Amino acid sequence: MVARFIQSMIDGVLGFFQSIGAGIFAWLAGVGRATMMLFGALVGVPNIRKGWPLFYKQVYVVGVQSLTIVMVSGLFIGMVLALQGYIVMVDYGAEDSLGPMVGLSLLRELGPVVTGLLFAGRAGSALTAEIGLMRSTEQLSSMEMMAVDPLRRVIAPRFWAGFICMPLLAMIFSTVGIYGGHLVGVDWLGIDGGNFWAIMQSKISWSEDVMNGVIKSIVFAFVVTWIALYKGYSSVPTSDGISKATTDTVVQSSLAILGLDFVLTVFMFSS
Amino acid sequence: MSFSRGDRPIYTDMNLRIPKGKVTAIMGPSGIGKTTLLRLIGGQLKPDSGQILFQGQNIPTLSRKHLYRVREDMSMLFQSGALFTDMSVFDNVAFAISEHTKLPKDIIRTMVLLKLEAVGLRGARDLMPHELSGGMARRAALARAIALDPKLIMYDEPFAGQDPISMGVIVRLIRQLNNALNLTSIVVSHDVPEVMSIADYVYVVADQRVIGQGTPQQLQDHDSPLIAQFMQGLPDGPVPFHFQADDFHADLLETKR
Repeated sequence: MVARFIQSMIDGVLGFFQSIGAGIFAWLAGVGRATMMLFGALVGVPNIRKGWPLFYKQVYVVGVQSLTIVMVSGLFIGMVLALQGYIVMVDYGAEDSLGPMVGLSLLRELGPVVTGLLFAGRAGSALTAEIGLMRSTEQLSSMEMMAVDPLRRVIAPRFWAGFICMPLLAMIFSTVGIYGGHLVGVDWLGIDGGNFWAIMQSKISWSEDVMNGVIKSIVFAFVVTWIALYKGYSSVPTSDGISKATTDTVVQSSLAILGLDFVLTVFMFSS
Repeated sequence: MSFSRGDRPIYTDMNLRIPKGKVTAIMGPSGIGKTTLLRLIGGQLKPDSGQILFQGQNIPTLSRKHLYRVREDMSMLFQSGALFTDMSVFDNVAFAISEHTKLPKDIIRTMVLLKLEAVGLRGARDLMPHELSGGMARRAALARAIALDPKLIMYDEPFAGQDPISMGVIVRLIRQLNNALNLTSIVVSHDVPEVMSIADYVYVVADQRVIGQGTPQQLQDHDSPLIAQFMQGLPDGPVPFHFQADDFHADLLETKR
């Protein structure tokens, strides 16, 4: 009886470690397949004549069509930051530091991170669903049979569009957010406009704050676009499969952004 | 050639030869991997062993670049049509031409209109795929499939889900195109009368291999019970009506599994 109990305990523990190992192997295999996909899409001599119109169209779909949500979100986040900051700072007579507080928060963290999250929800999920549907309706297979590589024709222009547009959207987000902060801090709450801009200018470093924020957004753009394209490309070609792939894109991209943000912040700002 | 999915063998030592310039039909019950066979010929899947020869080249051993070059000589009509949903009928047909040639736009236009005229859809050139009926979508896909004048064209269940008129049109088109363009055609289908009416040679596939072959007349007269069941559409026979299960009465009386 005791021996059987001990045996079942050992089996349970071994099974637990086995499932962890299997999960790690499955994850590594997925990363390998995703890398192969990206390698196939990006490595090789680009055909500018055919590639430019495709890229141009995707910039519109992925970037321009995300502008509204990014700008509106940026405006409100900047306004809320200024309002909350003012409420705390005014007690200490430090409301003139509202400019750098809003600017640094947006440029270092909120710009890249929130834009990344919005981009994953707005453009990433759309990329996954589109490519998943192309797979389920055999459009990718028919492309292959017409001797047109879907990795070069479908994946590559979408990747470059996402990779280039997201950092630009993050910059627009931060810029609009700072104007939102100005709107609340200066135009509504009455702090001095000159101080708002002057202290911001003196406290914010181009190389450390602005560029690190841009680097963060470039990393997030790479990861989010990669995840979105791979999830669509590898989705099970059913309505259920596409639904799951779209959800996976948003969840995994969001977690990747938040995790990577911590790692990048440690490297960039901890000293 | 042998091919399996995981532990499940699909084909074991499958051997068939497609005559050049003819319409060859591949028939068999559902689920035996007829579409898989087309994907193997097109190089989208690789067999476990054996050769798939097209114009003297062994498809599974070709490099990716070489495979894409070989595919310029073959074409496939997918069961769903697989038209690009973000392009008009005209652009769908022009797609392969503009991808593989540097022809001027007016030449491409002429070529596309010729192909659309051949399938009777010249007037539908500006429609989007979602505006087409099932039969029209299949014909538009056919125009796209012949856009680059391939040497081999593979039809995956071209008659599935078609009304009698559309089916008649597609049957006639497959035959006419094969003769007019000197194509080699492979038609995968289980619509016996339609296939029999256009095929020059027929393979019947089941049990992971070819179980019968010959001209349509030879197959009609075949003495194999399996082929007779398939040709006559009998519900029970060597291919059982029931999926493998326990004894029916024992199953009904069993209260707890």
